[in-house]
Amino acid sequence: MKQSSTFRSDFLWALLALAILALIPSLSSSRVLLDYVIRLAAMGIFATSLNILVGYGGLVSFGHAMFFGGGAYAFALTMQKTSAPIPLAMLVAILFCAVMGFIVGAICVRLKEIYFSFLTLAFQMLLHSVILTWTSLTGGDQGLTGGIPRTPFLGINLADHTQFYWFACVMAVACLLLIRTVLQSPFGYTLRMVRDSAERARYLGIDVWRVKLYAFILASSLAGAGGIIMALFVSGAFPDFGYWTMSGEAIFMIMMGGLNIFIGPVVGASLLLLFNDVITRSTEFHGLALGIVVLLFALGFKRGITDFVQQLFQTIKNKRDAQ
Amino acid sequence: MNPSALLDCLSSMSCIVTQLSTGMIVGSLLFLVAAGLTLIFGVLGIVNFAHGSFYMLGAYVALTAYRVTGSFALSIVAAGLGVGLFGLIFERFIMRRVYNADVLMQLLVCYALVLMMDDIVKIIWGAEFQSMGMPDEFQAPPLFILGGVVPVFYVYLIAAAALIAVVLWAILNHTRLGKIVRAAAQNPTMTSALGLNTGLIYAGVFAFGGALAGMAGGLAAPVRSMSPGMGFSILIESFIVTVIGGMGSVSGALVGALMIGLIRAFGTIGFPLFVEGLMFIAMALILILRPNGLLGKETRA
Repeated sequence: MKQSSTFRSDFLWALLALAILALIPSLSSSRVLLDYVIRLAAMGIFATSLNILVGYGGLVSFGHAMFFGGGAYAFALTMQKTSAPIPLAMLVAILFCAVMGFIVGAICVRLKEIYFSFLTLAFQMLLHSVILTWTSLTGGDQGLTGGIPRTPFLGINLADHTQFYWFACVMAVACLLLIRTVLQSPFGYTLRMVRDSAERARYLGIDVWRVKLYAFILASSLAGAGGIIMALFVSGAFPDFGYWTMSGEAIFMIMMGGLNIFIGPVVGASLLLLFNDVITRSTEFHGLALGIVVLLFALGFKRGITDFVQQLFQTIKNKRDAQ
Repeated sequence: MNPSALLDCLSSMSCIVTQLSTGMIVGSLLFLVAAGLTLIFGVLGIVNFAHGSFYMLGAYVALTAYRVTGSFALSIVAAGLGVGLFGLIFERFIMRRVYNADVLMQLLVCYALVLMMDDIVKIIWGAEFQSMGMPDEFQAPPLFILGGVVPVFYVYLIAAAALIAVVLWAILNHTRLGKIVRAAAQNPTMTSALGLNTGLIYAGVFAFGGALAGMAGGLAAPVRSMSPGMGFSILIESFIVTVIGGMGSVSGALVGALMIGLIRAFGTIGFPLFVEGLMFIAMALILILRPNGLLGKETRA
């Protein structure tokens, strides 16, 4: 019973989010703003998918960008090499990420936390080096250029920028709703239990490895979906998509936004994107500026923004209760 | 892919010797980096994701010291001391604060350091590739051993790494200091209850691990070109080495490093585009057969 009522409220939130996103183009026709929201859609899905592992599964993956990059390349290549319609190419890319997630996950999820982080990082570097060396297929360090054909499907024409904006928003909201539904399902609570005490879960007859692996595959596939939006946005794919800095940024997005609240990673993504835009415009030393901010955050705040907001609400509520 | 080239090489003594020497220098450098990484993990229980940056810094410090003094030996000492000092500062002011935090925070702090270091190196030494060139003292015709070509510098490099390995082993196993470090690795609470300053031990081990990576960077300077970001691939490789050898085990790091060195040297002949893949296959196999590595004990909780 509770299940369906939480889904209903989540669904209403999703509709509200879509309504707000729909208002944006009519308020301002600024291309910059629309582009920002499209990138946020891609990065928001990516960061939230990573949070399935980090926040809900206690699995600190440092190689999640391999699925973001993998999805982008798989999608762009399918579009370039075949005449598949966009939805089919998307399906291919997501399946590709799921299979990759199954293989990497099957090897990694058994490992203790620090081994897990490093091994996922190592697999990501393997994929990155494959992208760099397999020049004939991927274009090497120049990236996959040549554009992605945007043949209209089901009356949707992604060559039109406003329609693409719509497409990215709907994709993002749908993916987030899917993740939310899974996390609120019995599976989601099993995952939390495995995070809190794998031993207790094992005593209750839960196959811990399987739960973690399913979460890993889900997160991988969704990261691929984020990569697809990014590939469409830049009309190609670049090795940087699968580089470790991308994984690092995603972890920072989660931490900055707050990993205890579902929407935290999206908040973090919106801030980091904004921050990236500002520093790229003002200095060429992007890494130095970002590093200082990350360091200040890690040593100073230690908690995400949504955590602070939640705490604020809590204090207000406590005060009101006290009166 | 050219497995027949590998077979050809394996049937000729000269090719074996040449590749063996290449594998040995790759292994020696990897051992120095991985030994620091594994020592820090063994004692502090954290993985220093910024270890590759120490290696990079060592190479650049050695480059500058070499240009100033003209002596390769001095530049190695400078790299070791400079990076050791840098490691000490990093540990005292930053890393120490996240010892008790979760892995996520440690990861984030190291991520910040790596980002910053790459840019700082870019500011000081420039973004373009740099090279030290072979120092004059090693400008000699290569040795011919059993028909194989071995540059003189390789011999010195392997000898230097071996010397450091022996000193490290002697310190850890035959001195009071080594005993203290091993005690802190085994049970930090008990060690500090016995009146030993664990904070100092941690700082010392971190700085020492950094110095090892710095010296490795300096030793690599004549044979590798330098660029910001060069530390990351060696971080991955030395991590593979520590996983193969067992995390926290210095002798395991030696075995793992030589193994990866040889895989790299012979792999480039048979499978030039798939060398990294070979290393991963080796790591995956060992993780499946011996989850704690070849010489690893039960990992610390």
